[in-house]
Amino acid sequence: MNILSENLGLLLQALGTTVMMTVVAGIGSLILGVLVTVARVSPIPILRAAAFCYVQFFINVPLLALLLLAVFALPDAGLIMPLTPTAIIVLTVYEAAYVAEAVRSGVNTVAVGQVEAGRALGLSLGQSMRLVVIPQALRAVVQPLGNVMIALAMNTALAAVVGVVELTSRVNKVNLVYAQPIEIFTAAGLVYMAIALAIGLAAGRVERKVAIVR
Amino acid sequence: MSRSPHYAASFLYEKPGPRGRRNILIGSVISALVLAAIVGLGLWQFGSHGQLDADKWLPFTEWAIWQYLFVGLGGTLLAAAIVAVLGSLFGAVLALGRLSRLRVLRWLSTGYIEVARTVPVLLLIYLMLFGLPQLGINFPTLWKLVIPLTIANAAVFAEIVRAGILSLPAGQSEAALSLGLRGGQAMRLVVLPQALRNVTPSLVSQLVSLLKDTSLGYIVAYTELLYRGQVLSAFNHLLIQTFLVVTLIYLVFNGSLSALASRLQRPGRRRAPIAVPLPVPGASVPHTEKETHA
Repeated sequence: MNILSENLGLLLQALGTTVMMTVVAGIGSLILGVLVTVARVSPIPILRAAAFCYVQFFINVPLLALLLLAVFALPDAGLIMPLTPTAIIVLTVYEAAYVAEAVRSGVNTVAVGQVEAGRALGLSLGQSMRLVVIPQALRAVVQPLGNVMIALAMNTALAAVVGVVELTSRVNKVNLVYAQPIEIFTAAGLVYMAIALAIGLAAGRVERKVAIVR
Repeated sequence: MSRSPHYAASFLYEKPGPRGRRNILIGSVISALVLAAIVGLGLWQFGSHGQLDADKWLPFTEWAIWQYLFVGLGGTLLAAAIVAVLGSLFGAVLALGRLSRLRVLRWLSTGYIEVARTVPVLLLIYLMLFGLPQLGINFPTLWKLVIPLTIANAAVFAEIVRAGILSLPAGQSEAALSLGLRGGQAMRLVVLPQALRNVTPSLVSQLVSLLKDTSLGYIVAYTELLYRGQVLSAFNHLLIQTFLVVTLIYLVFNGSLSALASRLQRPGRRRAPIAVPLPVPGASVPHTEKETHA
């Protein structure tokens, strides 16, 4: 435990990076994912096809390959950004595909009568999406979205591979100095478990608050 | 009414009238223009840095390059196969443990599943790669990848199998028990075969995720697709082209597997598997179509 308290400042800073990446990429992927879902169920064939391709692409390609592509290869084409923002953007567009999958299955749970009632009241398609379909779809998939956010928190660790100094990377560096792997890695594992637990509990709370009792 | 995945959205709007059709046409033209602009901008950016030059792409018409990458794909498949076998066996044991009547077994399995789900695989890989060798424990390269992946995937497989078992009507095991089968026999002969068939789509989806995870072999320098791509790009200095080709191989390979998974999920086929129900709070079953059977 000595090692951990000696390096507390550095470790907390790294934890801050991990949490910051999770929060920013999480909010970004929720927004982007909902937009992709809207495109995917829209009456415009081109948008539907584009959203379908988007989701299929990111669900079938490894995150690490995308990170390497964005961080090491794209600068060759003049597309260069600071390291951490690049990693956050890649995480956002990647997880957005999973958010879109979850929200789409939520859209499928919205009862047909809800949409018909909206139409009967004279809502336009946009209005019925915004006011009727998406709110109910999101309420139905709080728990799956929580699971996507937990996966996102775990995936921020991959940013360590391209050089972002977040928790996994910092822990590894501390261990290379002190050579006490069991202690150090267990501590890091516990921190990640705490993050996942926090997201899971938050999702549970939100679900209880917004769930539609049928 | 039936809502097959392809027409999942059709209940959101009626058949468009003349005005609706006009609006859809306008929307189509605008979105086509926007998408074309995005693609065009990307190509222009690539082109202005000479990344579209023929000599940068011609190497990838050579069979030798593909052969080199396919050896990597072989390594990817080998690692994925080992993890799939070990992970699903271990996962099935964990699922049975979590449903066991013995409290100790139940707690151990639940504890393992919850822990393994919430620790990044990369942390385990760093432990294998940098941590354990300090204690004199050094696994061969392949196992530095396979052990962490198995630890993580067993938990996911366990949750999928458990969901399958729970989705089965209780009458199945009751009937088996009333025929005089013992608990273990009923599980092995009646419950598990049906449960596994029911969750086949989720298992195949998990296989895709597992294949993606083997790209972490890049970190332990195990010869798999992404690592080969990295070595190749260090040799030919065609970073963008090499990584795009590698991404494309993953896309084609995993895309076919995903397509298989959604085929298995489509209703109306004989002995069609059913979709796993929504996960209970705290469970981690990948979310699947809830209403494939309308």
